Amino acid sequence: MPLDPSFIGRTYPPTEPYEVGREKIREFAVAIGDANPAYVDQEAAKALGHPDVIAPLTFPFMLSFRAAAQVVEDPELGLDYSRVVHGDQKFVYTRPVRAGDRLSVTISIDAIKSLAGNEVLTIRGEVGDVSGEHVVTSIMTLVARAAEAGGE
Amino acid sequence: MTVAVRFDEVQVGTELPARSFPVTRATLVQYAGASGDFNPIHWNEKFALEVGLPDVIAHGMFTMAEAVRVVTDWVGDPAAVVEYGVRFTKPVVVPNDGVGATIEVAAKVAALLEDNRVRVDIVATSAGQKVLGMARAVVRLS
Repeated sequence: MPLDPSFIGRTYPPTEPYEVGREKIREFAVAIGDANPAYVDQEAAKALGHPDVIAPLTFPFMLSFRAAAQVVEDPELGLDYSRVVHGDQKFVYTRPVRAGDRLSVTISIDAIKSLAGNEVLTIRGEVGDVSGEHVVTSIMTLVARAAEAGGE
Repeated sequence: MTVAVRFDEVQVGTELPARSFPVTRATLVQYAGASGDFNPIHWNEKFALEVGLPDVIAHGMFTMAEAVRVVTDWVGDPAAVVEYGVRFTKPVVVPNDGVGATIEVAAKVAALLEDNRVRVDIVATSAGQKVLGMARAVVRLS
């Protein structure tokens, strides 16, 4: 069943702030095998002009995806999550995520399309510090496939 | 922000140093823990096969994180990357043979933009197949 296009433009309430910790950034950097010192060494980060260690570019997906559960699990929208794959992902940065940030995500539905029997849902997450500063926009496209499996 | 690459040193076609990144089942378990994405298609072979996949596959977000390392290693400061987007076209299949898979990443400058920014196009393959489509980063150089 096609998704209800009246959901396009809908915005959900901002999430509770997530406090970015140095050790969480370190754990994430180790997990992706990235030894860039800006992620783990405060002095190295400062030498690059940052007030504290910064997070890898894909780190905020954790927050935006968690926030997108408001859409994915919205019973009124009725998305069949068992058929959903991550179609594409984009980040647009105002500044890097830093240790000590308290980040909140505001989710909006940018687009709903039917393409070749697949339902394509574009979800935008505006990630900002609780001080009101914009940090990064995370745009994800979820594809609820008609039948065949594959992709990620 | 301090960036190791100067805008006037690059031109369209400038190649970034290519890299290859190994990924094993252990890598995926570690990434699942760090990212909080415990979808069983990334660690449970039986489950992956049941949903029609050829084997356990890497998290798309893991592959995305690896691919951009070619760019962040080139510029030094990860914050120089102001935009980064990919399309997930094919999964990285990770067999349980102790060797796993390899993600091969190449990248080159595709366009010069205003404000000392450049667009870098990234090609990521695994087992001879392109695993990311439209993989692009916008990078601010010094």
